Amino acid sequence: MSFSTALAHHFLPETILALGVLALILIGAWRGTRAFGLVNELAAGLLGLAILALFFGQTSEASLFEGAFVDDAFARFVKVLTLVGSLVTVLMSRDYLQRAKLGNFEFPVLVVLSTIGMLLLVSADNLIALYLGIELMSLALYVAAAFDRDDARASEAGLKYFVLGALSSGMLLYGASLLYGFSGTISFDGIAKAITGAPPLGVIFGLVFVLAGLAFKMSAAPFHMWTPDVYEGAPTPVTAFFASAPKMAAVAITTRIVFTAFPGIVGQWQQIVIFLAIASMLLGSFAAIGQTSIKRLMAYSSIGHMGFALVGLAAGNEAGVRGVAIYLAIYLVMTLGAFAAILQMRVEGRPVEKISDLSGLSRNNGTAAFFLAMLMFSLAGVPPLAGFFAKYYVLLAAVDAGLYPLAIIGVLASAISAFYYLRVVKVIYFDEPAPAFDQSPLSLRAVLAVSTVFLLGFWLYPAPVVEAATAAAKSLF
Amino acid sequence: MFGFGILTGLTFLPLVGAAFILTLKGESEATLRNAKWAALLTTIVVFLLSLVVWGRFDTASAAFQLVEERAWFGAGLTYKMGVDGFSIPFVLLTTFLTPFAILASWESVKFRLKEYLVAFLVLETLMIGVFCALDLVLFYLFFEGGLIPMFLIIGIWGGKRRVYASFKFFLYTLAGSLLMLIAILAIYGKTGTTDIAILLETKFPPSMQIWLWLAFFASFAVKMPMWPVHTWLPDAHVEAPTAGSVILAAILLKMGGYGFIRFSLPMFPDASAYFAPLVYALSVIAVIYTSLVALVQEDIKKLIAYSSIAHMGFVTMGLFTLTTQGVQGAMFLMISHGFVSGALFLCVGVIYDRMHTREIAAYGGLVNRMPLYAVTFMIFTMANVGLPGTSGFVGEFLTLAGAFVANSWVALFATSGVVLSAAYALYLYRRVVFGALEKPSLQTISDLSARELVLFVPLIALTLYYGVRPGPILEASAASVANLLQSHTALANAAHVVAQAAQ
Repeated sequence: MSFSTALAHHFLPETILALGVLALILIGAWRGTRAFGLVNELAAGLLGLAILALFFGQTSEASLFEGAFVDDAFARFVKVLTLVGSLVTVLMSRDYLQRAKLGNFEFPVLVVLSTIGMLLLVSADNLIALYLGIELMSLALYVAAAFDRDDARASEAGLKYFVLGALSSGMLLYGASLLYGFSGTISFDGIAKAITGAPPLGVIFGLVFVLAGLAFKMSAAPFHMWTPDVYEGAPTPVTAFFASAPKMAAVAITTRIVFTAFPGIVGQWQQIVIFLAIASMLLGSFAAIGQTSIKRLMAYSSIGHMGFALVGLAAGNEAGVRGVAIYLAIYLVMTLGAFAAILQMRVEGRPVEKISDLSGLSRNNGTAAFFLAMLMFSLAGVPPLAGFFAKYYVLLAAVDAGLYPLAIIGVLASAISAFYYLRVVKVIYFDEPAPAFDQSPLSLRAVLAVSTVFLLGFWLYPAPVVEAATAAAKSLF
Repeated sequence: MFGFGILTGLTFLPLVGAAFILTLKGESEATLRNAKWAALLTTIVVFLLSLVVWGRFDTASAAFQLVEERAWFGAGLTYKMGVDGFSIPFVLLTTFLTPFAILASWESVKFRLKEYLVAFLVLETLMIGVFCALDLVLFYLFFEGGLIPMFLIIGIWGGKRRVYASFKFFLYTLAGSLLMLIAILAIYGKTGTTDIAILLETKFPPSMQIWLWLAFFASFAVKMPMWPVHTWLPDAHVEAPTAGSVILAAILLKMGGYGFIRFSLPMFPDASAYFAPLVYALSVIAVIYTSLVALVQEDIKKLIAYSSIAHMGFVTMGLFTLTTQGVQGAMFLMISHGFVSGALFLCVGVIYDRMHTREIAAYGGLVNRMPLYAVTFMIFTMANVGLPGTSGFVGEFLTLAGAFVANSWVALFATSGVVLSAAYALYLYRRVVFGALEKPSLQTISDLSARELVLFVPLIALTLYYGVRPGPILEASAASVANLLQSHTALANAAHVVAQAAQ
C-alpha cells in the first residue's frame, strides 16, 4: 500500500485532524485571542469530520507504515469513542472557558493534538508507535491541566501530572527497551513470535514496566495518585477531557499490547491485570466515600471504573475484550453526562464544585436533577440502566474464565461504591435546596439529556453497541 | 401489538400513565387532581388487563403460558415473558394492590405529588416484570430496577430517619442481589442460556448447585427478609410513606419467596434438600424471635413490620418442606399476607394521617369515636393472627401441616409463633382501640371517610372470602406445585435407589 493511499484511507481521521490542527494554529496565530470561538467551533467540526470518516471509511483491516500502525475494527471502535469524548469536551468547554477568562484558542488546539496522539496510540502496532502516541497525547494533556495558569491549584495539577506522567513514560520506555532487548524486535507480533516457551526474565520485567506505565495513563491503582489532585485542580472542562478520551486510548492500547504482543504468556500478565483491577475497584469504592468535592468523587469513581474495565481484560479472552469495549463505550457516556452536569454547577456566575452545592437540586431544576440522579444510578451499575450492562459483560467474561474471586470482589466493590453514588442522589433529592444554579448553556443541557437518554434506553436497543464491540473484540484475535 | 403479547402490554402499561403525568405542567390544584386520576385510572386499567390475562390462563397446566419471546441482546439473552401457576397469583396481587397504594396517597402526600405517582407507576412496571420475566437477566433487571423508585419513595416522602432507612434498604438488597448476579453469570457460562424454561430442565452438578443456591439465597433471604438479614425492613417500613409500606410489605417481600419457588427449589433440588435444615432453623428463629421483638415495640408500623418478618418465616419454612401442603400453604400465605399486611399498613396510615404519630402510646380508646375503623382494624388484626375464617388461617395452617410431615420439631417451634402472634397483635389492638378515650388530642378524631371505606371494603371482602373459600388461589398454583414436587420426589427416589445400591 502506498503512503498516500494509507493516509487517505486507513489513516483518514488522523490525516484530517493533523492537517486541520495546523490550520487552526494558523488561524489562532493570525487572529490572536479573538480566535477562540471560531477555533473552538472548527475544532469541533474537525473532530466530527473524523468521526464521520470512521463511520463511512474503510472497514477492512490493514497494517500501515511498515507495521507501525494497524487499522482494525477494534481500533476504529475505540477511535470513535475517543473522538466522541474529545468532541463533546470541546462543545462543553466553550462557555466555561470564556466565563473563566480562559478563552484562548490554544485549548481546542491542545485537545485536537492530544486526540491525534490517542488515535495513534489506539492503532499502535509496535513499541515506537506506542511511545509516540502516548507522548503526543500526554504532552498536550500536561499543558491542558495547567491551562488556568494563574490558579495555584491548576498549576499544581499540571506540575504534578507532568512529573508523574514523565515518570510513567520513563517506566514505559524502560520496559519497552527491555522487551526490545530480549526479543530483538519492536513489533508486537514479532515480540509474540519471539516469546516461545517460558519467557526470559527480561521480558517479564519489560512487561511489568510497560503495564505500569500504561496503568499510570488510565489511572489504575496503585498508579492513581495524580488523579484526584489533577481532577480537582484542573479547570472542569479539562477534567471532563481527562476522564473521558485518554482513558479510552490507554485501556485500548493496554488491551491491544497484551493480546498481540503477549498472547503466549496470558498467565503472566493476567496476574498483573487482576491485581490492578482489584486494587482499583477497592480504592475507587472506599476512597470516594469521604469526598466532599464532586470532582474528586468523580476521580475516585473513574479509578473504580477503570478497575472494572480491567476485570474484562483479566479474563484474557475474546468475551473479555468485548466486555472491555462495551464498558468503555458506556463509561464514556456516563462520564460525559456527569461532567455536563458538573459544568452546570454555577451559582451567580461562579462555578461551585462541592457535593453539598447540589442540595435540593430536584426542587430548583427537576429535569437536571433527574438526569444526574439517573447518571449516578448508572455509575453505580443499577439495572436497567446502561451502567449495569457494562458491568454485566465484564463480569460475564470473568466468571466464564473462572475468575470467581475477582468477580465477587468486583460486585462487593460495586455495592460499596453504590453508597457514595446514592449519597449524591440523596443530596439532590432528599436535602433542603441550596442556592439555585444559573441558567446553563444549551450545549451542556443537551449533552446531559442525550447521555441520560442513552443510559436509560440502552436496554431497549443494545444491538449497535454490542455488535460493534463484538466485532471489535474479534479483530484482536 | 408490534409482535408483543399481552404480558408486555400489562408490564409496560403503567409507564404510559407515568409518561402522561410527566407531560402535565404546573402545580395547580386541577393539575394535581388530573395526575391523581390519571395514575388511578392507569392502575385500574392494568388491573382489568391482568384479569384478562387471568381469563386466558389455563390453571390445569403447569407449563409457561402466554409466552412471548424476542431476540434481545443476542447470545442466549432473550426478551422472554410468560406466566405459570407460581407467577400469576403474584401478578394479580400486584395489579390489585397498586390502585390501593395510589388511593391511599390521595390526600396524605403534600408535595411533589406528580413525581410520587410516577415513581409508583414505574415501580408497578418493574414489579409486574419481575413476575412475568422468563429470562434470568431480564428478571434481574426488573428485580434490581425496583430499588430505584422504592429508594426515592422512602427517601423523599418518608419520615424523619428516611435517609438512613432508604440507604439501608438499597445497600442491603443490592449487596445480596449482586451475589445472585454472579450466580446468574455462572449459570450462563455453564449452560449458554438464561432462558428460565430451559434452565428448569437443566441438571446442575450438586457441587455447583450448592454455590448457586447460596448466591441466590443471599439475594432472596435479604429481600424476604429472613433472620438475621431482616434489619433493613423495620427501618424501611417505619420511614416509608403509607403507600410505600403497603407495596413493600405486600409485594416487594414476596419477590424473595417467588425467587425461592421459581429458582432455588426447582433449579437446585439437591442443594435445596441439603440446605433445608438451615432454612428451617432460620425460619423458626425468625418466627419466634421477631414475634418476641414485636411484643415490645412502641411504634405501630415497626410492630407490623416485625410481624411481617415472622410471617415470612412461615413462608420459607413451608416452601422448604417440599410437601404439597407446605408449598401451597406458602403460596397462599404470601398472597394472603399481601392483602392483610397491606391493609394493616393502610390502617396505620388512616390514624397517622389524622394524628401524625405512630406511637402506640399516643392512642387509646379509638373505638369510642371510630367504630368503623375499629371493626376494620379488628378484622385485619385477626387475619394477621391467623384466626379461622380469615385468609391468614389457611396459609399458616397449611404451612404448619407441611412442616409436621417434614419435621415435627420445626412444626412444634413454629406453632408457638402462632401463639405469640396472637399475643402481640391483640396487645396492640387493645392499646390502640380499646380503653377509655382519655387523650385530649384524640377527642376530635373522625371515623373513616368515604374514600377510606372504598379502600378497605374490597380488602375485607377478599380476606374473608379467601378465608372461607381458599380454592381459587390454591387451584391457580396446584398444577405448578404438583409439577415441582414431582421432580423433587423423582430425585429423592433416585437418591434412595443409589443409597440402597451402595449398601
